[in-house]
Amino acid sequence: MPRLVSHPDEVKIVTSRFGKGAAAIDRYLELGGYEAAKKCLAQGPDWIIAEMKASNLRGRGGAGFPTGLKWSFVPKQNPRPKYVLVNGDESEPGTCKDHLIFLNDPHAVIEGTMIAGLAIGAKVGFIYLRGEYRYLLEIMEKAVADAYAKGFLGKNIFGSDIEFQIVTQTGAGAYEVGEESALMESLEGKRGIPRIKPPFPAVVGLYGGPTVINNAETIATVPHVIEMGAAAYAATGSERNGGTRLFCISGHVEKPGVYELPMGYNLKKMIYEVAGGIRGGRKLKAVVPGGSSTPVLLPAEIENLGMDFDQVGKAGSMLGSGGVVVIDDQTCIVAFALRTISFYQHESCGWCIPCREGTDWLKKSLTRFHAGFGVAKDIDNIQYLAENMMGRTFCPLGDAAAMPTLGFVKKFRKEFEDHLNGKPCPFAKHVELAVI
Amino acid sequence: MSPEKASPETMSLFSPKLAARFDALVQKYPLKRSALIPMLLYAQDEIGYLSEAVIAEVAQRIGISELEVRDVASYYSMLRFKPAGKYNVQVCTNISCMLRGGYEVYERFQEELGIGHKGVTADGIFSLEEVECIGACCWGPAIQVNYEFHDELSPGHVPGILAGYRGKAGVLSDGSSSMGWKARTEGTDPHA
Repeated sequence: MPRLVSHPDEVKIVTSRFGKGAAAIDRYLELGGYEAAKKCLAQGPDWIIAEMKASNLRGRGGAGFPTGLKWSFVPKQNPRPKYVLVNGDESEPGTCKDHLIFLNDPHAVIEGTMIAGLAIGAKVGFIYLRGEYRYLLEIMEKAVADAYAKGFLGKNIFGSDIEFQIVTQTGAGAYEVGEESALMESLEGKRGIPRIKPPFPAVVGLYGGPTVINNAETIATVPHVIEMGAAAYAATGSERNGGTRLFCISGHVEKPGVYELPMGYNLKKMIYEVAGGIRGGRKLKAVVPGGSSTPVLLPAEIENLGMDFDQVGKAGSMLGSGGVVVIDDQTCIVAFALRTISFYQHESCGWCIPCREGTDWLKKSLTRFHAGFGVAKDIDNIQYLAENMMGRTFCPLGDAAAMPTLGFVKKFRKEFEDHLNGKPCPFAKHVELAVI
Repeated sequence: MSPEKASPETMSLFSPKLAARFDALVQKYPLKRSALIPMLLYAQDEIGYLSEAVIAEVAQRIGISELEVRDVASYYSMLRFKPAGKYNVQVCTNISCMLRGGYEVYERFQEELGIGHKGVTADGIFSLEEVECIGACCWGPAIQVNYEFHDELSPGHVPGILAGYRGKAGVLSDGSSSMGWKARTEGTDPHA
């Protein structure tokens, strides 16, 4: 069972019901559950969307798109059925926050889905969980069944004349399906190949109907925004970045865990105070701030870095999915870069050539390089390959593979050079990387 | 497929419970085909892998060709066309787990089981896989055995984990497996 952690700096909004047995519907109700949905039912769609806009809640999947704005893009007059699709395909390396949400507060996901449905006029919501999360799917399925039994879901939600149905869905192992259009393809029973945009899902989405797709954390946050009020929620975070975020701090820290901290919280403090500093009294070498696809940051770059979408963007990286991966000074960056690119090579769907070929060549080059058979030209070649993938693919997976690679080569060039001329890896503990 | 193993009314390969689950599943979506991926995974949980017969029956139930089923199934890394062990050990070696010793854990499993990536032990009890991130990054190194997570591991935990599943395999050798695998493949049961 995943351990829950705590730190005094945490502001527990999304995690406020964690560890309190809220997966049981009666307990969820005792803790104030489903009040937000009832309020939204009374207030109507325009009010909900205005609240979401005012809350400055931005998409927690990685792109940070404003949630209220996304909902407002769904055309009101459209003959096709509308859908809400919750993305619980959590697969970005370094990210395990949705895992805890499904485990500890499944009804928050259901309630958030209902509210999104009320806002856009959808009658059906789908909650898609990655295939590996079977035990969490079972928890979600039980929660959905309980909500139906209480009359919260179905033809007449809370006794009103409004219908809302929720269907849970399992994936079967594919990182790419976390991309919104690939997710819709998967839900339609196909290979998870991204769609060409436009049209965007808000206009033509699932089964051809207007669709809102939100990350599971975003959706689980929605009832809290309604409950505490948009202004109070927005005030918790930093400028244009409302509220809190579930930061998954992993790697070489003393106290890894998922911590809920206000947007804009200082990254250095997050590592040294919240997560207890670097394991074994070692030194920080680098930190990946938002899941494996975000460019690495050096210790000097995190001194005054507030963790919100805008500040991390300015620092040349991305806030991404909230997966903070901390790397100590005994780690080989070439090995780390190779493990990162091996993942993207494995997960590339193969549709766009720059991604399919690029990730493959990068993996080959880095494998050879790390084994001590690299030549000086390889370093520039790795950079050149990555640069040529950027912005040339239909979905962000190509960029997700290229961006971290560029970061490693540019910021740790010396370490790459130290691997040259048949020299063994300069780190005593050589990591033998198996080929997946 | 031996006739006595199929449910008599439908000649289905699946247990009556699973067949009923499929019947309910296809009703849930605007398009029947949306049931395809869950159906394949649930079928695999019961039968052990996507055999020719499983693919044929799923294709027939959804109303698409076997080729289309294969096309989709080959995309998803959890779906397999060959039997795995009764307990499929999946070791995450992605970055967060790697930094905390995921490879050392994986190596220990290789040594203890005497098999490598996608290998199956001779007794059919275990198979081993090196897998991508399983969403347990803050509790790494982490593994999954079938769908069960084991967190915060070190190589020293490996023999105990394997002994636990070996014990379970003994208890459930009558085929009354509660999760995952069940020996009902069509004459190709590797554990018979």
